[in-house]
Amino acid sequence: MDCVAGLRCRECARTYPAEALHVCDFCFGPLEVTYDYERIASVVTRERISAGPRTIWRYADLLPVADEAPVSLGAGFTPLVRADHLAAELGLRDLWIKDDTANPTGSFKDRVVSVALTKARQLGFKVAACASTGNLANSVAAHAARAGMDSVVLIPSNLETAKITMTSVYGGRVIAVNGSYDDVNRLCAELTSEQPSWAFVNVNVRTYYAEGSKTLAFEVAEQLGWQTPDHVVVPIGSGSQLTKVAKGFQELYEVGLLDEEPSVRISGAQAAGCAPVATAFAEGTDAIRPVKPDTIAKSLAIGNPADGWYALDTIRKSSGACAAVTDAEVIEGIRLLARTEGIFAETAGGVTIATLAKLVAEGVISPDERVVAMVTGHGLKTVEALATSVGPTATIDPTLEAFEAALASDDLLARSA
Amino acid sequence: MITIRVPTQLRALTGGSGTVEVEGSTVGEALKALDAAHAGFAERLFDDAGELRRFVNIFIDDEDVRFLDGLATPVVAGQTLSIVPAVAGG
Repeated sequence: MDCVAGLRCRECARTYPAEALHVCDFCFGPLEVTYDYERIASVVTRERISAGPRTIWRYADLLPVADEAPVSLGAGFTPLVRADHLAAELGLRDLWIKDDTANPTGSFKDRVVSVALTKARQLGFKVAACASTGNLANSVAAHAARAGMDSVVLIPSNLETAKITMTSVYGGRVIAVNGSYDDVNRLCAELTSEQPSWAFVNVNVRTYYAEGSKTLAFEVAEQLGWQTPDHVVVPIGSGSQLTKVAKGFQELYEVGLLDEEPSVRISGAQAAGCAPVATAFAEGTDAIRPVKPDTIAKSLAIGNPADGWYALDTIRKSSGACAAVTDAEVIEGIRLLARTEGIFAETAGGVTIATLAKLVAEGVISPDERVVAMVTGHGLKTVEALATSVGPTATIDPTLEAFEAALASDDLLARSA
Repeated sequence: MITIRVPTQLRALTGGSGTVEVEGSTVGEALKALDAAHAGFAERLFDDAGELRRFVNIFIDDEDVRFLDGLATPVVAGQTLSIVPAVAGG
């Protein structure tokens, strides 16, 4: 039995039953799941959570669907890694990486898809579909296979090879569309009207899907000993994850799992080639102007972010910031995280780390703060981005002389002698 | 005639039809003609200031009118105008 009270429009507050609805019939505002927090508070405890599975489903009381056997590949409860080497490089003292590269298909999307398909199955859908910049495609195809559902995944045709392969291998239908993600998304929005019997996870079941991102906040707080960090840096594609991280921290307090009301600054990270939210933040406006994306961070290349306005509002209300970084900085961010902490992130993770570095350098993030950076996807998905910047130190013949010559200008041999 | 594609959420206003044919020389005029033919569209699509609501997207032949001239964008007979709710993704 879930504790969902219903759905409510974020714009005009009209209420709806908990069905496959995603936008308000009246004003097209996005619908949000509302809960009976008193009822959740009466059952949930830290002990009940820690006795649960080591997946997002340990927080089932705070998710929009209850199911004894959810559609799951084991998403969630990923490592929260203390990053002292990276902290030292950046001039921070208390930095943590939420390593969501460790999810089953290599990105945080497994959290939202596990929730979406569990709810879709409960609502009676037999086909899972989505528009995707790649990570969602991987995850929907995999979870649909797990659930025994058919899948139809639409992606821009210029996606990274790995993301296309990692989607196609599961045997569902993969439709590569000649166009940008925004084009694919619009096509899906129209298809939803034509194929109402399909669960488009980011369209008609998006209301439930988006709730899965709250588990990032739940885990961070639990892994810090039921405390919240001072500052979180979150990448922005659609903007949904950032708003749900804020909602997650607040809900933990609402249901009595935190001792104090959280005060977490939330900052957003975007790529300069697709920065509608960072631009609005810098200009101090409320209007998010759509852009035509041009960046290697394809998983964040959403020119018309549906939750952009709410992300901006969340950032401002929490006294956070939003910044954008160039593709060169993204690559440097990927390499910095790999070199200092042994974590290989995809381009979106590079955006997060480069933005973190920038906000520290600008004095927005203080060395006194406990900071968590969300690294949301695995580097193997976007190896093309590094093709010209990393490679072997040397290529040699198999002889000792050649080996020593190759490292002649390196002090490693001398230091190890 | 301009063809307007209507999403599920608004088909109650058109008696269930997914497309409506209207006259008009700009996006704004075409949408006003839609409201004249099927009352109720204007309050759904426009805010109090007469601008498109934040979560309403209008596309002309696949281009978002926010990249063009918004409601003043010219339209000619034979073009298709789609009303699409904003959606998330990634």
